[in-house]
Order: sequence, then C-alpha cells, then structure tokens
Amino acid sequence: MIPELGNFAAMLALCLAVLQSVLPLAGAFTGNRLWMGLGRPLSAGLWVFMLLAFSCLAYAFLHDDFSVAYVARNSNTALPVYYKFAGVWGAHEGSLLLWVLILAGWGYAVSLFSDKLPLDIVARVLSVMGMITTGFLLFLLFTSNPFDRLLLNTPTEGADLNPLLQDFGLTVHPPFLYMGYVGFSVAFSFAIAALLTGRLDAAWARWTRPWTNAAWGFLTIGIALGSWWSYYELGWGGWWFWDPVENVSFMPWLVGTALIHSLAVTEKRGVFKSWTLLLAISAFSLSMLGAFIVRSGLITSVHAFAIDPERGLVLLTILLVIIGSSLFLYALRAPVVKGSATYGANSREVFLLINNILLVVATAMILLGTLSPLIHEAIYGEANRISIGPPYYNIMFIPLMAILAFFLGASTFSRWKKTSLQHLVSNLKLVLVASVTLGIVLPLAVASSFNPSAMLALVLAFWIVFSIVKDLLDKTANKASRWQGLLGLGRSYYGMQLAHFGMAVIITGVCLTSHYSIEQDVRMAPGESITINDYTFTFGGVVERPGPNYTAQSATVDVSIDGEAYITLRPEKRTYHARGDVQTEADIQVGFFRDLFTALGDPRGDGAWVVRVHVKPFVFWIWLGAFLMAAGGALAVMDKRYRHKPVLLAQQEALPPTADSIEAVAKVSHS
Amino acid sequence: MSNRAKLFIPAVFFVAMLGLLFYGLGQNPNLVPSALVNRPLPEFSLPALFETNGVVGSEQLKGGIYLVNFWATWCAPCHVEHPYLVEISERETDITFVGVNYKDDVDDAREFLGERGNPFKLSLVDANGSLGIDFGVAGAPETFLVDQSGTIRYKHVGVIDNRVWDEVFVPLLAELR
Amino acid sequence: MTPARKQKLMIVGSIVLGSAVAVALMLYAFNQGLNVFFTPTEIAEGKVGADQNIRIGGMVKMGSLVKQGAGTTITFIATDTNEDIPVAYTGVLPDLFREGQGVVAEGRIDANGVFQANSILAKHDENYMSAEVKAALDAAAERKAAGGTP
Repeated sequence: MIPELGNFAAMLALCLAVLQSVLPLAGAFTGNRLWMGLGRPLSAGLWVFMLLAFSCLAYAFLHDDFSVAYVARNSNTALPVYYKFAGVWGAHEGSLLLWVLILAGWGYAVSLFSDKLPLDIVARVLSVMGMITTGFLLFLLFTSNPFDRLLLNTPTEGADLNPLLQDFGLTVHPPFLYMGYVGFSVAFSFAIAALLTGRLDAAWARWTRPWTNAAWGFLTIGIALGSWWSYYELGWGGWWFWDPVENVSFMPWLVGTALIHSLAVTEKRGVFKSWTLLLAISAFSLSMLGAFIVRSGLITSVHAFAIDPERGLVLLTILLVIIGSSLFLYALRAPVVKGSATYGANSREVFLLINNILLVVATAMILLGTLSPLIHEAIYGEANRISIGPPYYNIMFIPLMAILAFFLGASTFSRWKKTSLQHLVSNLKLVLVASVTLGIVLPLAVASSFNPSAMLALVLAFWIVFSIVKDLLDKTANKASRWQGLLGLGRSYYGMQLAHFGMAVIITGVCLTSHYSIEQDVRMAPGESITINDYTFTFGGVVERPGPNYTAQSATVDVSIDGEAYITLRPEKRTYHARGDVQTEADIQVGFFRDLFTALGDPRGDGAWVVRVHVKPFVFWIWLGAFLMAAGGALAVMDKRYRHKPVLLAQQEALPPTADSIEAVAKVSHS
Repeated sequence: MSNRAKLFIPAVFFVAMLGLLFYGLGQNPNLVPSALVNRPLPEFSLPALFETNGVVGSEQLKGGIYLVNFWATWCAPCHVEHPYLVEISERETDITFVGVNYKDDVDDAREFLGERGNPFKLSLVDANGSLGIDFGVAGAPETFLVDQSGTIRYKHVGVIDNRVWDEVFVPLLAELR
Repeated sequence: MTPARKQKLMIVGSIVLGSAVAVALMLYAFNQGLNVFFTPTEIAEGKVGADQNIRIGGMVKMGSLVKQGAGTTITFIATDTNEDIPVAYTGVLPDLFREGQGVVAEGRIDANGVFQANSILAKHDENYMSAEVKAALDAAAERKAAGGTP
C-alpha cells in the first residue's frame, strides 16, 4: 500500500503544480488578488505531497519492499540501514524524485520568505517555479516512476546498491548538489518575472541576491563533496578529472559566480541589467543541461546513470520548452529593462565586468570541451571518435583563473563609478611587494626548490589575502577601536571577503598539491618498506576481513617518522557479494598540511601487492577553501539588509535611476 | 547587426546546441541497430545447459519465431527481467524462447532457473562469450528476435518488461505472424 | 570622447582582446588534450601515425594478462575480435579491469608495435559498456557478418 500512497502523493503534487503554474500567473495578468494569493498555499501543498511521496519511497527502502522495482534494483537486505536510506537517491528514478522534492522545497521557501515582496511578483515567481516542477513531475511519473511494482514475481532479494555509492561522501553529495542546481531555479524565476513585468530595479536585485547566494553556497559544497569523494573513493588520489559529469556541475557554478557579481552591480548601480537576466537564465539552464547529460547517457563518464534514449528525448523536450521559451522571452523583452548609468575606467563596474567575462569564457570553454566529442562525431561520423583530456582543460582554465585572481585582488580597492589609477596603485603597492616576496621566498625556504608556476600561484594567493587584510585595516582605521570597526562591517562584506579568502586557500591547495605531491605505485612484499620525505611506509601484508555485505582484502601499512611508529593505515579492496563488484577503499590520514594516502592495487603473487603510496601536501586546503567559500555565501545570505529593510516597489519606481545609484554609492562607501 | 537581433544570439545558440544533443541522442548505442539485424542467424553449436553432453546448434532454430535472450546470474537487470520472461513465455506459446547463459557459472544458472521458473525451451551455455561476440552482444540482458526464415529481425538491449513487450515486440510479432 | 563612448570602446576592446587570447589558447589546448579513438583493426590497417597520442578500445583477451616480476608493469592483449594489439601499462589497474571485459586505454604505440598506455579506463561492467568499446566491437561484428556469412 505504501508505494501506491507515494505514487498517489506524487500525482496530487502534479495537480497542485499545474494549478500553481497557471492560477497565480493568470491572477497577475488580470489583477485578481485572490488568484495571486493562491501561489503560497499551493506551493506549501506541493511541498507537503512531495515530502510524503519521498517518505513513502524511503519507507519501501527501509522495509526491503522488493516488490518495488526500483528498490529491488538498488537495495539489498544486507545493506546497512544508512545506505538503504541513501539508496533512495542512488539511481535515476529516486534521484529525480529528490530533485523534484528539492524544487518544491525551494518554491515553498520562496513563499515563506517573500512577505516583503509585492504580491504580483511573488505570484509570477511561484508560477514559473510551478511550471518547472510540472515539467519534471511529468518526466518522473511517466518515464521514470520510482514506485513501479514487480507484483507478479517479487524478488526475495534485491540487487544491491552500486558499491561506489556505498560511502558517506556520495550519500550526501547529491542532496547538496541538487540544492545548488535546483536553487538556481529561484533566480531563474525572478528573472522571468522581471522579463514579464519589465520591472528590474535595485529592489529586484536585492530580492534575488540572497537566493542566488544560497544556491551557489550549496552547489559549492556539493561540488567539493563530489571531488572529495573521487579523491578517496576512486582510489586514484586525484581530486578533479574534468570528467563530463564534473564539468556539468562546474559550469552552473561558474555562471552562478558570475551572476552573484553581476547582481551586485545591478543592485548598486542599475547597470548590466539584461546581462544579469541572461546569467540568471543560463545558470539554471546549465543545471538542467547537466541533468540531461548525466541522465541521457549521451556522453560516457564515470558516474552516468543508466542509458535510456527515450528518457533523454523527454528530458530534451522539457529543456526545449523551459529554456527555449525563456531565452525567447529574453530576446523579446530584454530591451525593456535597459540600464542607463555610466561608469569610468578602473571603476568597480569594470572590474566586475572583467570577472564576468573571465567566468563566462571559462564556462564556454568547458562546455565546448564537454560537447566536442559529440560535435566531432556529428561532423566526421562515428568512425573517428575523439575525447578531450585534462590537458585541454588545464591549459585553458589555469591562466583564466590566474587572471581572475589578479583582478580579484586589485578590485578590492576599486570604487563604484570611477577609481583613479593613483588610488589603486598606492593601495596595491605594499600588497604587491609583500605577496611577491612571500610567494617566492616561501617555496625556496620550505621546499628548497625553484618552481615558477608554484611561485606564481602562491604570489596570487598572497595577493588576494593581503588585499583583503589591507582593506580590513583601511576600513577600520578611523574607528574608535579596531574591534568596534570590525563589528561595524556588515555580514555581506564579511561574506564576500570570506569567499575571496576561500579562493586564495583553494589556489594554495591546488598549486601545492599538484606541484609537491609525491606519488608512488610500488610492488611491496610483506615487510618491505618505502620512504617518502620523512615518512616510511611498511607493508604488513593482506588479510581477509568480512564486512556487512562484502568481504575485504585488508592491508596494513605502518607509517613511521624517523623510525618512530606514527600511524597504521588500512587500505582495502572490497568484493561486494550481491553484484560481485570490486571496490578499492583508500585509507588516508588527513592532515592540515599534508595527507598520507594509501590504496591497494592488485595482488602480484607471494603475498606481494601493488600499493599506491602518496604524500600530498595541502590537499586538504582545496576542500577547506570550498567550505570557506560556501560559508561566505551563507554569511552574505544572513545580512541584515535583506531582511530588515522592507522595500516598497512603488517607492523604488518613483526614484529616478540617478537617485537610485547615489543611494547605492553612499551605502557602499560606509559598508 | 541591430541591438534587437543580438538578443536572439543566446536563443539561437541554445537551439543549435539542442540540435546537437538531439543528434547525439540518436547516436546513442542503444538506438543503433545491431549490425546483425536483417542478417541470418550466426552459425553455432554450443553445450546445452541441462542435458549433459547435449548440444544446441543453430540449425535447431529454423522454421519458427525464436526469442534469443542473453542472460546471466551475475547480471542484476536479468533478475529484474526474469519474471517478465516467465510470464510472457507462458502467454506467447507460439514463440520459442532460447536462453543463452552468458559467461556464467553453470551450476548457479541451473539453480536460478530451477528456483524462479524456466521460460526457455532451449537453454545453452556460452561460457567464454564466443557466441556473444558473434551476436555482437556487449552485455546482458540482450534479446534477439529471429523470424521463421532464420533472420534476426530485432535486437533489444536491456530489460524486457511488460511495457517493452507491448510497445516493441507485439507490433513486430504482428508483422511476422 | 564622451564617457559613454569611451566606456563602449573599453568594453568592445576588452571583449575583442579577451576572445582573441581565448581562441589562440583554445586551439593550442585542443591540440594538447585531443585523443582520437582507434580500434585494433584500424591500428592493424596502419591508420595511426607514429608517436600519435590516441585512445584504443576493445576487450581484454582471455588469458592474456601478464603481471611481470618485480615492477608494477602489466601487459595484456586488447582485441576487437578481428585484430589484436599488445598493451603495456605501469601502475595500478582500475577495479573493473578484468579479462574478457571491455577496456579503453590512452597512450601511444612504440617502435615495437606495443601500445604503451598512460592510463587505463575500465569504467563499465557488462550491464553498461562504454560507447567507444561498444562501437569497436560492433564494427568488428559487422565485418565478421559481412565476410563470414554462410
């Protein structure tokens, strides 16, 4: 009965979604306040029924109800309870259910936190979100229903969850990733509402900013979790592969980052308006494109879902309708929202424009790289398939990010409208000297090696950090006490600086770990050892160890420093019973300054195995930086001015654009 | 170019990309028909699964409609597919179901069919996947529909369930009968 | 120049400069990252130039996997059932690497005709095979069917 209840709840949710996409919008067009007001209760109902549907599927998983085909394919009685629950989103159907649940959740959140918005805007935003939900619910119910039954011949045992997914990192990765992907639907809906009404002012940007920041923060965490997972679960010790599935999650992130910055300009200065709209549409479009690529099996990848061309076609149709119509609307309506303010050289606007160009170019080149095997095939036929490897991405991406880092530091001291070159130079002189000195001296002193690209990356990281520090000092210089000055700065200012600091931390981590990691794949017999830097790794042999639903070949690797025992690592090779799949489990000692990484390769006779031994300095900083970025986003969301400043649209509209920008400039200069 | 026209660039770009994706979907390996479709059944002679020393040869598959299903006990989707095959084989009595046990443990396979019902009138063992190569099989389950003249008419990759049967096989069979 | 014109000039200038640099970089990067995919049959027909970085796909021939003594180098034979090519690889094999299963390797062919792989991908089980391997096997099956029908 429970799966039927879930199915029924999902169908009711579909009905509510259809109503939500029609009624509030129709109300907004006809001025019917009652219909407009229906958006909020409908989105609440949608959320409740989606939650019910999701709970029913979770119930089926937890109770090993193998009469549900999806459960039979992705669970097993021996599966630990925790992974049974995570199995709900372990394959295509269930993860799509999670996707729609989160979509409904964001819609409900908009209805909850929008009491300061004019009703007609709320109605339009919720209607657009209703349309998106309708599309994905139709897709779920008619091509990928997770509640489909195997009543005729119910299996007594399930086929088990893919062993790759039986891991903490990957169980929490999809929810965060989807929170990010789907979260961009809010900015998207705001953009459509702005295009429909033709009203795009500082207030609009102020409403959109916290939603964009929140979605971006979730996406940051989601991507970082995915990278962390591939680092320790794939057993290669790499943390980014430029795999199509990684690329499609990275593209919305880059465009989302551009959107955050362009929204700032649109709010404070009233320019970049149609550009901001295009970014808001693109961020969510790229999220949906990612969903399509992952779920259609179009491009081969490590973690693509099951291949089903029919589903791909339906998803492509949804994409065509949602993205196609919004881009068409954009083309027709964008001139209505044109900005009129001007800005001079070296102004903050110019710096943010550069930021946007760099991020969009980076996105375009990743998109091109991801789709190029397909483009090549379309031109030259199936005979000569190509693939694009990491060198392409690294050559393109690293210089772009280096330029971005340079402008990030420089822009810290820029002002809106106009900045004199003298002002910039005088502020940056000290920062430049300090960062160049430290960036060059540190690697020479600590690693005693001359590595120009590592030095450049460190210089850029210090460049960002010192400009942040100098800015903090400048902003608090005239206050009664430093402490008071620091307290006086707003949360969104701290959020921004924290995210920028996170970027510096990531640059440091990426650069140091790629240049100074020592990676050795060695054949080791029991008792043999290998020394890397100060660490001696001694292989103690392999024993068999039973797990709940697998049998592990478990190795012991004793690590000692200068002959003193330090830690024992236990990398494993697990064979999962239900599918017979083999899975490498690396054992890593995570440290602030370096990770010790061991993974078991294959047996080479006489108890000897190939063992992967890596010492990776600063690799932890990659994820630390991502966390700091996300925390920065969260801080910015919590800024007071998004909540305690009710803005009446009518009042805003009465202000001429110049007054609007003066107000904005005034705010920046003391924020 | 006028400013108005420039605003259509994103839409045009998107439509072009969508066209590419649509093309790519058509190139999907599942949609590409097997090289063997509309060709005669490859010749083979392989051990039977149940009779010791028994042999099943391609000459036995002549003069009727055959459904050749590649399956294995290690293949999770085959477990999902199995009950449907049992049910369909009971209903469609004029079709001979042929099971090719693909790269599998023979004892496991016998036990599996014994426990869950055997939809196959003929069962053969392709221990090293050689028949699979002749058929162009990339994995399991894959199913081939062979007509009265011994010509392969259709190849299905993946699970056959009631929906696939009704939507794909029933129309094809209507043509053949 | 009016501020508006100056601003426009700046935007256009930066876009032109940026895209020129990006295109140049992209062409170079494409060259570096590009791998063309070949089947063992195509290699046997001499379609691959010397010292060209390529990808090959096929099945690991049963019984061909050799793990050499002290080092971590392994060799095996990749086949599309028509032609074979010997492959050598140093390092840890992926979990899904098995004899009789599909494999994609990236690297180049050395003077002795051995494919020296830099990386080995075996990221599919038999329920899901990489499109590349599938295409290679399909092509081979097609040749067989065309040439070997009774």
